[in-house]
Amino acid sequence: MLLITCPWCGPRNETEYHYGGQAHVPYPESPADLTDEQWAEFVFYRDNPKGPFAERWMHSIGCRRWFNVLRDTATHEVLTSYRLDEPRPGGNR
Amino acid sequence: MTAEALPEHPDFLWRNPDPKRSYDVVIVGAGGHGLATAYYLAKNHGITNVAVLEKGWLAGGNMARNTTIIRSNYLWDESAAIYEHALKLWEGLPEELDYDFLFSQRGVLNLAHTLQDVREGVRRVNANRLNGVDAEWLEPDEVAKVCPILNVSSRTRYPVLGATFQPRAGIAKHDHVAWALARRADELGVDLIQGCEVTGFLKDGDRVVGVDTNRGRIHAGRVGLAAAGHSSVLAERAGVRLPVQSHPLQALVSELHEPVHPTVVMSNHVHVYVSQAHKGELVMGAGVDSYNGYGQRGSFHVIEQQMAAAVELFPIFARAHVLRTWGGIVDVTPDASPIIGSTPVAGLYVNCGWGTGGFKATPAAGWTFAHTVATGEPHPLNAPFALDRFTTGALIDEHGAAAVAH
Ligand SMILES: Cc1cc2nc3c(=O)[nH]c(=O)nc-3n(C[C@H](O)[C@H](O)[C@H](O)COP(=O)(O)OP(=O)(O)OC[C@H]3O[C@@H](n4cnc5c(N)ncnc54)[C@H](O)[C@@H]3O)c2cc1C
Ligand SMILES: [Zn+2]
Repeated sequence: MLLITCPWCGPRNETEYHYGGQAHVPYPESPADLTDEQWAEFVFYRDNPKGPFAERWMHSIGCRRWFNVLRDTATHEVLTSYRLDEPRPGGNR
Repeated sequence: MTAEALPEHPDFLWRNPDPKRSYDVVIVGAGGHGLATAYYLAKNHGITNVAVLEKGWLAGGNMARNTTIIRSNYLWDESAAIYEHALKLWEGLPEELDYDFLFSQRGVLNLAHTLQDVREGVRRVNANRLNGVDAEWLEPDEVAKVCPILNVSSRTRYPVLGATFQPRAGIAKHDHVAWALARRADELGVDLIQGCEVTGFLKDGDRVVGVDTNRGRIHAGRVGLAAAGHSSVLAERAGVRLPVQSHPLQALVSELHEPVHPTVVMSNHVHVYVSQAHKGELVMGAGVDSYNGYGQRGSFHVIEQQMAAAVELFPIFARAHVLRTWGGIVDVTPDASPIIGSTPVAGLYVNCGWGTGGFKATPAAGWTFAHTVATGEPHPLNAPFALDRFTTGALIDEHGAAAVAH
C-alpha cells in the first residue's frame, strides 16, 4: 500500500485517496480551433512512463482536496507531493 | 467432477537458436499473443522466416499470470465477432496442436447485484444471442443450480439478483497453451529467442527496418509488437504514442481443495472472479490497482476487498488459505478494447491494449495480427480495432462486458 502525503493533512494510507491520472494536462486554450487529432490527444492520450510520473490524487476521505504527486511507476516510490498551483518539482521531465 | 491429471510434457518443445541477422518478420514479446501470431504467420500465410523476441523467458509475462478465463459474451458486434472467433478456435486447438491443455468448457456466470447490473446483463444476453454467442439469463435459483456453493440468499450485503450464463465459456492451462503454440511455431521454422530485449528500432525514413536488442541488431521486413503491459514504453522508442495506461492487476490462489466449484463465477460489482483449477486451487482475480505502475505487484487492500467479496459469495471458502499472490502489468485503453493494426510508422504493427482480458483472445489475436502483419491490411475482424478509432470517435466501449474494474 502506498503512503501518500496530503499537503494539508500529512501522510495517510493510499486507501484514503482517489487516483486522478496524469497531472498538468491543461484544457485547450481555444477549443474551437482544435483538429480531430488534437482533440483525440487531449481526451484519450496520456503519458505512461516507466519511472517518475506527475499525477493527481484527491484526499477523498480527508480534506477532499486535489493535489499532485510525483511517483516512480517502476519502484512505487512516492517522491514528493505538491499543491496544484505549484510547478512539478525538478522541471518537466 | 473429478480432479484431472495434468498432461505429460513432450521432452523437447522448441529449439533455442541464436538470433539471425535478418528476418522477414520480427515479433516482439513471446506471450500467448506473440506465439499465436508466429504460429498463424507460418500456418495461414506461409511466412516462416520469423523470430519472436522475448526479453525474459517464453510466456513468463501476463501469459503466466492470468486467471485463464475464456468467454466471448461481450456486448458490441465488433467484440462478439473477435472473441467468438477466438472461442471457436479454442474449441479445435487442442486437437490441431496435438496438445491437451485442459480446455474445460465449464461455463461462466457473470453475477448481477443491482438493478442496473440486471438490466445490463439481460441486454448483453440478448445482444450475444443476436450475434450467435450462447448466452442465458438465470434467476437466482437457477444460478444456485449451476453453482451450488454460491450464496444466493437475499440477506447478503449485495444479493445475487441473477446472472448471465455462457455454457461454452471455461478455462485452460495457460502455460500449456503457450508451450503448445511454441512447439508448433518452432516446428514450422520460427525462431523463438528468449533473453532478448528490444531496446530500440532501426528506421529508414518513415519505415521500420529492424530492431536493436541486447543480443545485437536484427533486421526485419516488418515488426509486430505484442508486448502487453510494456507496449507504450516500446512504441514510444519507435516514435509512436499509444493511448494506453499500464496498471498492476493481481491474482491469487488458495491451497488445493477437493473439486467443489463446478464453473467460473465473475462479479463486476463486488469484484471478484473465481474458478477452481484442475489441480484443485481456487484461482481468484480482482480489479486493477487504480494507479499506473510497472512494479508487478499491487496494493494489499485490493486483495482484502476481493477476499471479503469471495467469502460473502462463497461462505464455504471462509477457512481456505491463500497460498500465493502475484501481479501482472496490463495495458488499458480508454474504451477497454484492444488495438490491433498498423501504426504511423510503415512496417510497424501493434497488438496491445488487451488490458485485463486478452488471454481468452489469444488465438484470434494471433490470427488477425498475423493477417495484418502478413498483408499490411486489417482482417475484417480487427479492422474496427484500429488506432484511429480514438480520432474518429468510433470507440468500442466494453467497460461493462470487460467485467474487471478499471
Ligand atoms: C492477474 C491477471 C489476470 C488475468 N486474467 C485473465 C483472464 O482470466 N482471462 C483473460 O482473457 N485475460 C486475463 N488477463 C489478461 C491477459 O493475461 C493478457 O491480456 C494477455 O496475456 C496479453 O497478451 P500476451 O499473452 O501476449 O502478454 P504477455 O504474456 O505479457 O506477453 C508480452 C511479452 O512481451 C515481453 N516484452 C515486453 N517488452 C519487451 C521488450 N522490450 N523486448 C522483448 N520482449 C518484451 C514480456 O516479457 C512478455 O513476455 C489477466 C492478466 C493478469 C495480469
Ligand atoms: Zn487532506
